[in-house]
Amino acid sequence: MKRMAIVGNHALSYGALLSRVQVIAAYPITPQTQVVELLSEMCADGTLKAEFVKVESEHSAMAAVMGASASGARAFTATSSQGLALMHEVLHWVTGARLPVVMGNINRAFGPPWSIWTEQTDSLSQRDTGWMQIYAQDNQEVLDSVILAYKVSEQVLLPTMVVLDAFFLSHTSEPVEIPDQEMVDEFLPPYENKYILNPDDPHAFGGLTNPEWYMELRYKIHKAHEEALQLIEKEGREFEKLFGRYYGLVDPYRVDDADTILVAVSTAASTARYAVDLLRERGKKVGLLRIRVFRPFPYERVKEILSGAKKVIVLDRNLSPGAGGIIASEVRGALANVKNHPPVFSYIMGLGGRDITTKNIMELFEEVEKMEEGKDIIWKGVKI
Amino acid sequence: MRKLTIPREEYMTPGHLACQGCGGALAMRLALKALGKKTILSIPACCWSVIDGPFPYSAAGVPIFHAPFETAASTSAGVAAAMKILGKEDVNVVAWAGDGGTFDIGIQAISGAAERGDNILYIVYDNEAYMNTGIQRSSATPYKAWTTTTPYKFPKARPKKDIIGILAAHKIPYAATATVAYAEDFVKKVKKAASMRGFRFIQVLSPCPPGWKTPPEITIKLARLAVQTGVFPLYEVENGEKYKINIKPKKLKPVIEYLKLQGRFRHLTQEDVDEIQRMVERNWKVLLAREEFSKQIEKIV
Ligand SMILES: Cc1ncc(C[n+]2csc(CCOP(=O)(O)OP(=O)(O)O)c2C)c(N)n1
Ligand code: SF4
Ligand SMILES: [Mg+2]
Repeated sequence: MKRMAIVGNHALSYGALLSRVQVIAAYPITPQTQVVELLSEMCADGTLKAEFVKVESEHSAMAAVMGASASGARAFTATSSQGLALMHEVLHWVTGARLPVVMGNINRAFGPPWSIWTEQTDSLSQRDTGWMQIYAQDNQEVLDSVILAYKVSEQVLLPTMVVLDAFFLSHTSEPVEIPDQEMVDEFLPPYENKYILNPDDPHAFGGLTNPEWYMELRYKIHKAHEEALQLIEKEGREFEKLFGRYYGLVDPYRVDDADTILVAVSTAASTARYAVDLLRERGKKVGLLRIRVFRPFPYERVKEILSGAKKVIVLDRNLSPGAGGIIASEVRGALANVKNHPPVFSYIMGLGGRDITTKNIMELFEEVEKMEEGKDIIWKGVKI
Repeated sequence: MRKLTIPREEYMTPGHLACQGCGGALAMRLALKALGKKTILSIPACCWSVIDGPFPYSAAGVPIFHAPFETAASTSAGVAAAMKILGKEDVNVVAWAGDGGTFDIGIQAISGAAERGDNILYIVYDNEAYMNTGIQRSSATPYKAWTTTTPYKFPKARPKKDIIGILAAHKIPYAATATVAYAEDFVKKVKKAASMRGFRFIQVLSPCPPGWKTPPEITIKLARLAVQTGVFPLYEVENGEKYKINIKPKKLKPVIEYLKLQGRFRHLTQEDVDEIQRMVERNWKVLLAREEFSKQIEKIV
């Protein structure tokens, strides 16, 4: 094991390297370019024994990793925002074909107007594609999550997206432990799938399926997500045994006796952790629930943790125009069947990469302290 | 007695869902004979996504990945990359798509794979329209032809796209035209392409009775007439430069013999037919000149 200061993008590349990916297909987009630049170098100098298909678009990138995975190769790609949106059709296809592809997505706001800064709307708007989604809060978690993603994906035959914030992680250097290859090999065996394109055992995959059977195939995809809920925690514990770091579905912080719990994802959650500490020093009973895995959505864990609180705040750095915060809508959904559930205060903030400061987050708690009834949408920091 | 060049082995099974007289189904049957068992097909949305048979049946006898409409080339690029890294390079990685998936929506992915030289054999069965969705025009639809989106009053206003010209411009090792009436020629071309590496491309004209408004029993006759009239010449281009015409009729038959058999051309006026005749003759002469020119390239460069 060695320790290195690396940017989040390179944490993705190292995650792919250590996972011994065999086929990479990717197309450059800011702020993802460093991921593929480093992987190109690794392939060129033989550090990574993989085929790198330098495709002409993200649509083709996703199709190529799909073809590779269907042929029995471990496949990786990375993209962001416009590129992810361009992949949309194929994202659904990869899930339907039950292929354990893993990709990195650097959160970046959609145009127009052009923006290259972070916002979660790109990945969250792929919510219903059936991809598992992991939101990392630091570069160590980015690297580790790639390895964990393959481990879980290849067991349940579902794809996974490892998501990180533009610039706050993608371009920020942090000390990261690079695990030893032998230990990763011990944790992550080679990709084996008996349902592959094999001339010695020919099958047609994805042919026309009438209403008599289609629904059963979707049911199985959902069941695989449910299975993944268990597996993510189980493999998280296995990973911890080897590497000393645990990653679960959610990451609760000082929630046990908390009256008010803030729900957040990604780097906004790291900032919120600090805000919680400061407020605790002032005697406020506040806590944080970081959602790490957004799909499969950890309903049970979220209910368990939030139902004891008096108030729930959700911080959404994303927007479903006409509805509001995407994570808030999941949280409200999770609480709907809980008797006497706490009111939910849904905040939209930090869109297009606008800073979310410790002070901002402390303000949320202070504002909510004065409110009794939950609010479907509260805009924070809008200048008009 | 002439030597039989078409392998006897059958990979495609009965029970497929193609219409009677489907050129596309016959094209697949012949192609698989040439390719053999060690083949993986990627098939995007097209008639062949239906022809192969509904889940859980498959008539092809080789593995198929059904892929989104514009991804025959890009999906195959991934399959080819996997075959390389997994040490299975003896497998023919074949993209099998319709003209819509090739000339129109898939062309970007094809251009990318061709330029990169991905190790793929791309076969387009060209029935000159979107048949799966009910006969809409594609950029492979011929000049003045009827389709549901180019109705009789406004038939297609522009000629068919020169897809071989586009692929040749990518300097790929092999690009060729073929048709189901010249089965030996087609099988030979598939075998030749399969023996090469890099991006290879074959366009096989495949008459479609419902789409062309023709009786199913004249599919072969039509395909033969397309060649004999010069409407669809059979030729190969190697490395984007070396043209070789495979079937050279002593004298081209008049195009009317081909056109008059098809309902999709029944609205043509005498002027239209004359114009098509002139276009076909011009294209044929240009092709002959290209072939002549390619014989001299070595001397020039
Ligand atoms: C992205 C997308 N757009 C449109 C379609 C609908 N569609 C399916 S097949 C097809 C036409 C196929 O035409 P062609 O490639 O010529 O094959 P053919 O049906 O003629 O065999 C269309 C438009 C689709 N499946 N996907
Ligand atoms: S519509 Fe045409 S291409 Fe499609 S199956 Fe029928 S004959 Fe074949
Ligand atoms: Mg067609």
